[in-house]
Amino acid sequence: MRLGRRGAPVGEAALAVRRPWRAANAGDAIAGVIAAGLGFSVLVLAGLLVYELVDKSWQSITEFGLGFITSTTWDPVAREFGAAPAIYGTLVSSIIALILAVPVSIGAAIFLSEIAPPWLRNPFSFLVEMLAALPSVVLGLWGLYVLVPWVREFVEKATLGRLNFIPLFSGPPFGVGMLAAGLILSIMILPIISAIARDVMLAVPTSQREAMLALGATKWEVISGAVLPYCRSGLVGAVILGLGRALGETMAVTMVIGRGYNITASLFRPASTASSTVASEFNEATYQLYISALVELALILLAITVVVNIVARLLVWRIAKSPGLIRE
Amino acid sequence: MLILGFVLAKGISSLNIDLLTKMPVPEGEAGGGVANSIVGSLMTIGIAALIGIPVGIGAGAFVSEYAGNRLGDVIRFTADVLTGVPSIVVGIFVYGLVVLRMGNFSALAAGIALAIIMLPIVARSSEEMLRLVPHSQREAALALGITRWRTILNVVMPAAQRGLLTGALLAVARAAGETAPLLFTALGNRFMSLSVTGEPVDALPLRIYRYATGPYSEQHGQAWAASLVLVVTVFVISLSARLLLRRR
Repeated sequence: MRLGRRGAPVGEAALAVRRPWRAANAGDAIAGVIAAGLGFSVLVLAGLLVYELVDKSWQSITEFGLGFITSTTWDPVAREFGAAPAIYGTLVSSIIALILAVPVSIGAAIFLSEIAPPWLRNPFSFLVEMLAALPSVVLGLWGLYVLVPWVREFVEKATLGRLNFIPLFSGPPFGVGMLAAGLILSIMILPIISAIARDVMLAVPTSQREAMLALGATKWEVISGAVLPYCRSGLVGAVILGLGRALGETMAVTMVIGRGYNITASLFRPASTASSTVASEFNEATYQLYISALVELALILLAITVVVNIVARLLVWRIAKSPGLIRE
Repeated sequence: MLILGFVLAKGISSLNIDLLTKMPVPEGEAGGGVANSIVGSLMTIGIAALIGIPVGIGAGAFVSEYAGNRLGDVIRFTADVLTGVPSIVVGIFVYGLVVLRMGNFSALAAGIALAIIMLPIVARSSEEMLRLVPHSQREAALALGITRWRTILNVVMPAAQRGLLTGALLAVARAAGETAPLLFTALGNRFMSLSVTGEPVDALPLRIYRYATGPYSEQHGQAWAASLVLVVTVFVISLSARLLLRRR
């Protein structure tokens, strides 16, 4: 068997890939077909996923058309469904999360890959990975009983009557709402962004750093002049992967966002995201159109996250050809 | 760290043996446990592992051993994108695919949903691990006249054994904490259910969600304790996965 650049078979062997049943013996033929079936199962699954969601939301797609995305009314009683509040909530909560998480996680990644002494690196990475493995429902529980009261007391009540003239900080001090959702999301994506950013930074060749050092650069100049520019696209990819995670995150957000269906500038008011709407209403949906609208919401969410993920993967792939065991 | 501290502190105060062995009691009463949720979680994760791990390893083997560069890249990329699909979307998908067709919520549907979440993770990690096996080993086996599938099964896979197990364990850890897809597939059940296809089952994350969002303080305490159980389980699994990979 001849093997190509990345260990993939070429020539005679490649022919066996395209027509596995024509292998030299029966065992190889069967194994080839089984392996191909399992390999293609990934592709079939992706196709089936899209088909099933389109099929189940068809009623709502034909009923509302493109107006579904722009309509701001979400009223199951009047049988009127518009996804705009949910899409707005999804985007705003994710953007809040990014604003809070990106500086911290890029800083953490710089620290881990460039500054931290080796003995500190392992325990620190370990901690980050453990935080990434925390089930989101547990984080939601923490958010609901620790973070939400904290937001209510120290952010919303503290600004009450002082900053309320700014639309961003207006609204009653409930605790639950857009701000709490953004905060909990930022905690969730922090380990992901910092883990990937660290991997991308470690992939920068040492020669780049040494060249900079040889020119008499300081530690900081090496980081800002050699390391960061070299892996910029990878870092953007890491951030976008974090964004993808934030957009689709469900449980923790559902528990702290408080189910509101208005588009307001206020960060304190209850809101909803695409995923939280589906999670909290699917089991209450009593008629077909309602279910169909919720499935369409899931379809929109899928479309957004797939686009975001494709962009992010392409960027990360360009810098570190095999991201390896990067965890989501 | 702060979060872990809270879970630990709040969880330990209401953790007792009843939690693990007793059934839920009516709302507002003290006592009782989440035995049904633990059994349900074990069932759904077991089903998910039975489907997701073999298919995932098979897909990984196909990409690393059979597929050409272009096809391999396509499958790899699709798997990567699938990893990023929100778990709630997977839940809706399985609701349409399995629950509606079967006519009821079940452990099987929940298992399939979790398997779909595990599949791309297992496929990607096992492909990376199989790729690490040196080509000389494959060539040595082939040179001895061993057929190709025997080579993959008896030479390449054992060499990558530990890596394959690590990937599988990480996927199990991820699936164990998933809640969103279970809302539409397992649904939840206040009673013990051992049926795979017949009736809704409960699961630990689901029970935490129900208790946490409910109004009863006894249930809040149990939610913290159940969270502690869940977090410890997930951490032990992912910790053993990491240790396995390190001890080479």
